[in-house]
Amino acid sequence: MRVKKKALELVEEFEGGRSVEEYVAKLLERIEKKDKELNSYITLNGQAIEEAREVERRIRSGEKGKLMGLGIAVKDNISTKGLRTTCASRMLKDYVPPYDAEVIIRIRREGGIVLGKTNMDEFAMGSSTESSAFGPTRNPFDLNRVPGGSSGGSATSLAASLSTIALGSDTGGSIRCPSAFTSTFGLKPTYGRVSRYGLIAYANSLEQIGPMGRSVEDMALLFQVIAGRDEKDSTSVNVPKEDFVKEARKGAKGFRIGVLKELTEEGIDEYVLKAFWRTVHKLEGEGIGYNEVSLKYLDYALASYYVIAMAEASSNLARFDGIRYGLRVGDRGSWEDVFSKNRSKGFGKEVKRRIILGTFVLSAGYYEEYYLKAQKVRRILKESFDSLFKKYDLLLAPTMPILPWRIGEKQKPLEIYLSDVATVPANLVGIPSLSMPIGFHNGLPIGLQAMAPPFEEPKALRLGYEVERTGVVP
Amino acid sequence: MKLITKKRLKHLSWLSKIELRREEREFEEQLNEILEYFKKLDEVDLKGVEPLYHVLELKNVFREDAPKPSNPGEMLKVVPRLKGRYVRAPRIK
Repeated sequence: MRVKKKALELVEEFEGGRSVEEYVAKLLERIEKKDKELNSYITLNGQAIEEAREVERRIRSGEKGKLMGLGIAVKDNISTKGLRTTCASRMLKDYVPPYDAEVIIRIRREGGIVLGKTNMDEFAMGSSTESSAFGPTRNPFDLNRVPGGSSGGSATSLAASLSTIALGSDTGGSIRCPSAFTSTFGLKPTYGRVSRYGLIAYANSLEQIGPMGRSVEDMALLFQVIAGRDEKDSTSVNVPKEDFVKEARKGAKGFRIGVLKELTEEGIDEYVLKAFWRTVHKLEGEGIGYNEVSLKYLDYALASYYVIAMAEASSNLARFDGIRYGLRVGDRGSWEDVFSKNRSKGFGKEVKRRIILGTFVLSAGYYEEYYLKAQKVRRILKESFDSLFKKYDLLLAPTMPILPWRIGEKQKPLEIYLSDVATVPANLVGIPSLSMPIGFHNGLPIGLQAMAPPFEEPKALRLGYEVERTGVVP
Repeated sequence: MKLITKKRLKHLSWLSKIELRREEREFEEQLNEILEYFKKLDEVDLKGVEPLYHVLELKNVFREDAPKPSNPGEMLKVVPRLKGRYVRAPRIK
């Protein structure tokens, strides 16, 4: 069925005259049938068929585009002009952006078609898509379990073939976690690789928009289009862009791998570890050797991450007062009353928790105690990773320490935070990390992540391609 | 010693401009539990370490001071309470 075909093949077929409209229609039909129980999309693009026809016109006129005709699922914290963007929050439930995010501009330029906006944890704060104001997304591998988060909707749409490629965002693991939980590929790029213009901010020193796909090449293709300096995002960097698909195909022979010891010890599920080591040993058998390496400060990454993320969130979400945009419940009282009521009604519990804690760690008397300490730990972590990368091409760890849990199972916020232990280091130090599927236990997907030095995504892609090719995934 | 007391929670609610309601009674316990976990950071020897606020350590990324086209009309479409081309705001006092 065409909806499950690889992106590169599809682009070729469309170029050769195959109907884009038929393919998009088929995807929309599938979404209509399957998404009631999965809840991966919040809003569908009502213009998708028209856009498909427009793409066909462009193809007929001889225009070429890397994503020409492909149906793309976009996480709902990425601004799409004219298409409702909610961040899965009541605060923005009726917000229709007047502009496109840079990544959307680039996707459209290359002929990509936005199928719709996908479900997520509210304002990207979560690891399971359970905190969405639009209800949880269900894991296609087990409908009673979470698909991971916060880009759970995007990952699910891929796993259920309700999109060909997808965009997510990753602040503390939000692309990699759902990729691992849905047996798909997801890349958190180096901080600065992809423009954040149009990404509704949660923690702006930590997050990146990234590509997600059912194969390394699909994901690399999307990455090719979205990566690159954007003058509208002053934190995006001008770095040379390789041909990522070509690079991926080179494979990983000769790579020196470091396995992060602290992330393969206590606290990691035994079946996750089984799959992890099976993969690492298989790679060893293919001539890609590894060493176990210790990075003791990894123990402090989670605390450091949450202090910083919450602090940044408290600042980034201060703009939501219901005056210029967003939910406005009433005008009674002074500005303080109005703001407080709007925000109280607009934000869910998790968002409130993080803003309040973020406010606390930045407040007078506690700033040095928490925020400053966290940023210092961050520097120590960065230096540790830098020195490891002098000896190793890639650093490996399981993506998640556990298997996908049951929806509603984790009642305490801290329980869910602890599941980010392996993913947050890459965000804190700004390095790229790719999650790749490496197997299942009891039908539940397991992922492995490969962290590369800054701006060396090709290394991670090459390992992903190697793992995919050698068929580690049964 | 509990860091987040009822009084402190009220203060934080005021600082962050979020009215907390009855269902949020659980916050006191949850926030204290999380802050307890953050205490882990005290175990690290941070003498002489400078904070790393940003991984790229960029400086002064400027653009030309030249006006670019903009579309205020489009931007006003998302304003909840508009009066002509003015944004209705609540009273200061």
